[in-house]
Amino acid sequence: MSDAVQVTTETGASPGPPAPAASPGWRAGLRPVRSAGDWFLQRREASVLLVAVALMLYFYTQRPDVFFEHSNLVNIAQATAPTAIVAVGIVLLLINGEIDLSAGVVAALVPFLFYFGVHDYGIPVILSLILSLVIAAGFGFVNGFVRTYFGVPSFVATLGTFFAIRGIMLIISHAYPSPIPEEAKGGFQKWLGQGEWSGLIWALIIVALFHVVLTQTRWGLHTISVGGNPVGATEAGIRASRIKIGNFMIASTLGGFAGLLEAFRINTIDPNIGGGTSLIFNAIAAAVIGGTALAGGSGTVIGALLGALVLAELQNGFNLMQFDQNTIFLITGIAIVVSMVANQYLSRLRRAGRT
Amino acid sequence: MTDTPTTSPVSAAPASGGVAPNGVDALRAEHIAKRFGALTALRDVNLRLGKGEVLGLIGDNGAGKSTLIKILCGFHKPDAGRIFVNGEEVTLRSVDHARSLGIDTVYQDLALINELSVYHNMFLNREVVRWPLLNNRVMRRQAKAHLADMGVNIPDVTVEVAKLSGGQRQAIAVARSVYSDAKILLLDEPLAAMGAKEGALILDLVSDLKRRGDVSIIIIAHNYAQVLPVCDRVNLLQHGEITLDKRTSETSAEELTDLVVAEYRAARRNRQPS
Ligand SMILES: Nc1ncnc2c1ncn2[C@@H]1O[C@H](COP(=O)(O)OP(=O)(O)OP(=O)(O)O)[C@@H](O)[C@H]1O
Ligand SMILES: [Mg+2]
Repeated sequence: MSDAVQVTTETGASPGPPAPAASPGWRAGLRPVRSAGDWFLQRREASVLLVAVALMLYFYTQRPDVFFEHSNLVNIAQATAPTAIVAVGIVLLLINGEIDLSAGVVAALVPFLFYFGVHDYGIPVILSLILSLVIAAGFGFVNGFVRTYFGVPSFVATLGTFFAIRGIMLIISHAYPSPIPEEAKGGFQKWLGQGEWSGLIWALIIVALFHVVLTQTRWGLHTISVGGNPVGATEAGIRASRIKIGNFMIASTLGGFAGLLEAFRINTIDPNIGGGTSLIFNAIAAAVIGGTALAGGSGTVIGALLGALVLAELQNGFNLMQFDQNTIFLITGIAIVVSMVANQYLSRLRRAGRT
Repeated sequence: MTDTPTTSPVSAAPASGGVAPNGVDALRAEHIAKRFGALTALRDVNLRLGKGEVLGLIGDNGAGKSTLIKILCGFHKPDAGRIFVNGEEVTLRSVDHARSLGIDTVYQDLALINELSVYHNMFLNREVVRWPLLNNRVMRRQAKAHLADMGVNIPDVTVEVAKLSGGQRQAIAVARSVYSDAKILLLDEPLAAMGAKEGALILDLVSDLKRRGDVSIIIIAHNYAQVLPVCDRVNLLQHGEITLDKRTSETSAEELTDLVVAEYRAARRNRQPS
């Protein structure tokens, strides 16, 4: 902005060469951009968007008869939503330099908690929904506490809670599906997953919300700080443990919410929803494809949404092209590795730009 | 308070905090000890910082200067000892707590977040907020104003700190503390990465603050000749204790260098025969 240019000319006028990083061309290149950080993030998101659009066009050329059909778009939206919602929490944690492997099984557990609340204890549906999400947050707290208080790496800590929560879920459900309680049917269920687009709408709301949290609030700045420079952030008085525990709680809660949406969508509470590893692995893949590095300090929530879309498109498109599932796994795997490599390459480019 | 505290009779002997001349000290530390596992970083440190005074803290690499600073700013908890701020004993619970008492720090490692912009770094953990959102416009404006005021050459406050040179980064860390309205500034090697001009700029800043009279400063440096002109007093930290407390007017860079080096030579002589 113009003010920035003013400062530049002021200081530029002083004798002595400016620091090497401040070459005029570099400055001029940045002038139209509000923030260099934003610019890179946007560019990173833009490249994923490009991939998503290219895939769409490709699959359209392969199956012009069905790809843009209403029902197929709904399919893609419904596959995108839960992955994207879980991926939002994963992005926050990856930025923190952490990971949560248990968010996917929390997604399987929470619908059962909701069901028992309504069915066995007669708790009103809204309250039961909130309570089950609070319990989900509690699991996140446990993850964060074990990580920060005992110093157990989150990969290990959440691997532990992954098995533990899975055990709880299988015990209380007896490994059998439960129905959606009668009290929750109707508008409630429609708005929370059953409606064709409701999952996607929730995903968009959550992505928008956490994009703002990440880029426009203290919480977001401190999340980036704690991941980017843990010691420095602590020296500046930021309570790293608090930030991390909070983000573990967010990730767990979002996992639980995604599980509820899925249960309402398929109209049954299935112990296998995310009870295996697919939901969490998809979410991590979405985050990574979306441009979030595992090193901590940077990441994008919008990228994760686009990453989830790319994964959903791959699955859907190759399905339509009648590839078998094993081949689709192979292709998805390659896609993840390629985007990882691209990320690595991009961040090297970015560092090079730093001088 | 004037910028020269009343002359105090300082002995060359290990000064136990010196004599508090004009009433209350801004900061006083008594019998501070700090161990890291088996390593004793600080044994028994006594140090005082008068109001409006600039104290130079010197010592070898690994002498414990940074450790002492981090205790005085609430980052580390001392194993033993007492800390007084404006004459009142305090137990510093956290960096935030120390900040609320008017203590602010430029860390040796600068505590900058590479991934954040210059202005977000300058307001790190002190962000201007229009709840629930950050008030970026105000922070940008103030950051620009402060840097321009300091005469620091930062082309654009919205660039990521990672893209700046070492000296620019240091300038940001210094600006962040200097403009925090702190009454006690702890500067851990603020000149380390500075060019001659930029170093002079920061020393001028210290002098300005000193002239204002209400800011007390501890400054750590290895280039004695460079910092002595702005210091009122110098303390030497050795073997976990303050072994020398002298008014600047009574010593010189040469003397201090000789002291530090002599000790090293003696130690080396003792080592070699065995
Ligand atoms: N967090 C820590 N954990 C373990 N040991 C530490 C820690 N911080 C400092 N030390 C040790 O304490 C001693 C004093 O370190 P300190 O950083 O205070 O020295 P210094 O005087 O600042 O040195 P320099 O001039 O090199 O900056 C060193 O031996 C160092 O290894
Ligand atoms: Mg040091």
